Amino acid sequence: MTTLVTVPELETRFAGVITPDTRKGYEGYIVDVQHLKDFAKALRDEYGYDYLASLTGVDYLPEDRMEVVYHVYKSTGGPGLVFKVQVPRENPIVPSLVDIYPGANFQEREAWDLLGIRFDGHPNLRRILLWEGFWGHPLRKDWREPYFEEEGKPYSSRWPEGKHFHHEDRNPFGKNVDYPPGFDPYTWEPETADEILYQAVLKRSEIRDDLRTERVVINLGPQHPSTHGVFRMIVTLDGETIVALEPVMGYLHRNHEKIGERNTWIMNIPYTDRLDYISAMANNFGYVLAVEKLMGIQPPERAEYIRVIMAELTRIVNHLWAIGFLLNDLGAFFTPALYAIEERELILDVFEAVTGSRMMNNYFRFGGVARDIPEDAWEKMVELVTDRLPRKVDELDRYLTESELIKSRTIGVGVLTAEEAIALSTSGPVLRASGVPYDVRRADPYSIYDRFDFDVAVRYHGDVYDRYLIRIDEMRQSLRILQQAIRDIPEGPIMAGKPQYQVRVPPGEAYGRVEAPKGELGFYVVSTGKPNPWRYHVRAPSFVNLIALETMCRGHKIADVVTILGSIDIVLGEVDR
Amino acid sequence: MVRREGKDRLEGLQVPGYDIPDEVKGHVVITTLNRLYNWGRRNSIWPMMFGLACCAIEMIATAASRFDLARFGMEVMRPSPRQADVMIVSGTVTKRMMPLIVRLYNQMPLPKYVIAMGACASGGGPFKEGYNVISGVDKYIPVDVYIPGCPPTPEALLYGLMKLQQKIEKQSLKEVYLQKDEYIPEPVLGPDIMDPRDFPLIREYTMKKLEEMRESAVSSEQ
Ligand code: SF4
Repeated sequence: MTTLVTVPELETRFAGVITPDTRKGYEGYIVDVQHLKDFAKALRDEYGYDYLASLTGVDYLPEDRMEVVYHVYKSTGGPGLVFKVQVPRENPIVPSLVDIYPGANFQEREAWDLLGIRFDGHPNLRRILLWEGFWGHPLRKDWREPYFEEEGKPYSSRWPEGKHFHHEDRNPFGKNVDYPPGFDPYTWEPETADEILYQAVLKRSEIRDDLRTERVVINLGPQHPSTHGVFRMIVTLDGETIVALEPVMGYLHRNHEKIGERNTWIMNIPYTDRLDYISAMANNFGYVLAVEKLMGIQPPERAEYIRVIMAELTRIVNHLWAIGFLLNDLGAFFTPALYAIEERELILDVFEAVTGSRMMNNYFRFGGVARDIPEDAWEKMVELVTDRLPRKVDELDRYLTESELIKSRTIGVGVLTAEEAIALSTSGPVLRASGVPYDVRRADPYSIYDRFDFDVAVRYHGDVYDRYLIRIDEMRQSLRILQQAIRDIPEGPIMAGKPQYQVRVPPGEAYGRVEAPKGELGFYVVSTGKPNPWRYHVRAPSFVNLIALETMCRGHKIADVVTILGSIDIVLGEVDR
Repeated sequence: MVRREGKDRLEGLQVPGYDIPDEVKGHVVITTLNRLYNWGRRNSIWPMMFGLACCAIEMIATAASRFDLARFGMEVMRPSPRQADVMIVSGTVTKRMMPLIVRLYNQMPLPKYVIAMGACASGGGPFKEGYNVISGVDKYIPVDVYIPGCPPTPEALLYGLMKLQQKIEKQSLKEVYLQKDEYIPEPVLGPDIMDPRDFPLIREYTMKKLEEMRESAVSSEQ
């Protein structure tokens, strides 16, 4: 399980600057906000914590303060370290860590957007998931959505009496809207028209050279066939070469975190399915790990094996999909995707038989899984894992890897060096294709991954081709794990204790991280002992990986953007949450 | 065998009540212009390639070989709204995306249809209470078919498409031709999403709220 450490040496060196966090159920250090940058710099340069995994804020309304929580790890593996800064709720300002950990970029913007924490020195502190001009910072505990009903579920209108009503009937507009008092739509002017954004991107790309070539700004998306959903990029071009790129997101911002803090603990499991909707059970995994850590329970053996089996099948589904649609982006329209979808359907059949649903599985529970694998599904799966899928992965490999179409369009395109990949906090196949063998399953083992014999796939060129190859490698490794798991799985119960509708979660914080197919998926949860989480934060791999997009694209042709984006393999449900 | 296939292909074309000799069944039909027109339309509905969220994945799965949308003449998915007959709103509609969906809808040629695929597009779904989520795309654009499910299985989507075909079949040529293109004003993003048609209502509401705030401030002072 994900572990955190304390470094005694740090305490003596930074005496007076850091204090151990002694609240019950909390770990790590509280750093004085004045010295945050020195501390982070020392941590990175001298102690080797060079990888900032997660950064988020928490609003402690009753204590009237905001907290920013940082989780850092060593890129060579091992347990991580957590530290926090505390600032008053009124006008919270924290120094930005972007120049020390460039991977903090989007995460700080998100904390500003949703919690209103200002990061001093951030190069581009604008809203990221909502639009400029939105009223308020929604994750603050005293901010209420238009359909607000109660602070936490279960709502008394539905349970136990069950007098249901429609929110539409109560809202004066019959819609999910609310406006600040005294607001006049007739005199209102939009705060940031797109024009301003375009100008900003244009300005960023100014290069002084003798040839005064003209820069062109192009907008791709959000309704664009190659953006894999509702994602938008603003690109500045010099001729056909990209000089600057700005991702614009939030078109699928579904408020997971606000809803998650109103939900009870167990209600959040089906919501996690909808984060990265191609690999639902990997998300379940991360969330239950975090909450189990707080609850201090351990699932029984059989459940652990079932979890691993499901997570690895999910990884294969995801990589099949990713490869199929990368080929789409390369111009091999839909044919490779059809091969991939064919296999995916077979795996989904197994999922459906086991969990009851093709995509939104809602299968993991705190302390186990919802139900055991039925006999016929088991047979089907064994046949898939031992026979069909290995053949089909080889087949994909044979059809695609040596294809001239792929090679000429992907080799040397979108290169990300190992240093950049670590600094920008990328994870998953993107990180490993850049030559960093960092896989949470190995680097910080959770569940029972330490029992399996598998290799961490790694490639060294950091280009699109390697990111494609690594997915093939990983599918093979997943199959290896699966074959061991179906060989070793014991009989026994699948749930620790009785299944419960309402779990008791003791106060404290926990960070659960798993190696999801797209990278490190982390859940940071804070409990106050109530039926609802106080804070529920998702560190989404696709979101953080997008920070590297500009670095990868700069200097390439406009047509390559599509390929590079496809090679990161984003899912908008997770990017925007 | 040949004849049977022909019969299926021409299903719905034949006006009932006419006796067609057995030997030419499948080759000859007696029909009306209306029926012919709708028969053609319903067998080649071009959807717009447009995915919003999780439901879009099931839509793609439906288009793939196992479920095979081509059976409905629907495999031609193109990202441009200008050539599309039906917009499948496949996923959660957020406030940020709504203006663009209205724009795409406005750009579609007549006759146009909208399918709300999944719980989210139909009514907000699991994310209904979210501050950035539109509780049903029909708050802004008219919807023809609602498909329940989260996500609807490919079978459900196919069933929804068949319902749309049935709807098309019932329309008369006149009705379709004389349809007026109704421009829907694009909502704008202020402090919250605003429908331009709602502006007077919004002002009334915010002024009242301001008034109430002042009053409560005064009364708390006393
Ligand atoms: S209805 Fe369900 S599956 Fe479809 S977009 Fe909404 S949450 Fe996703």
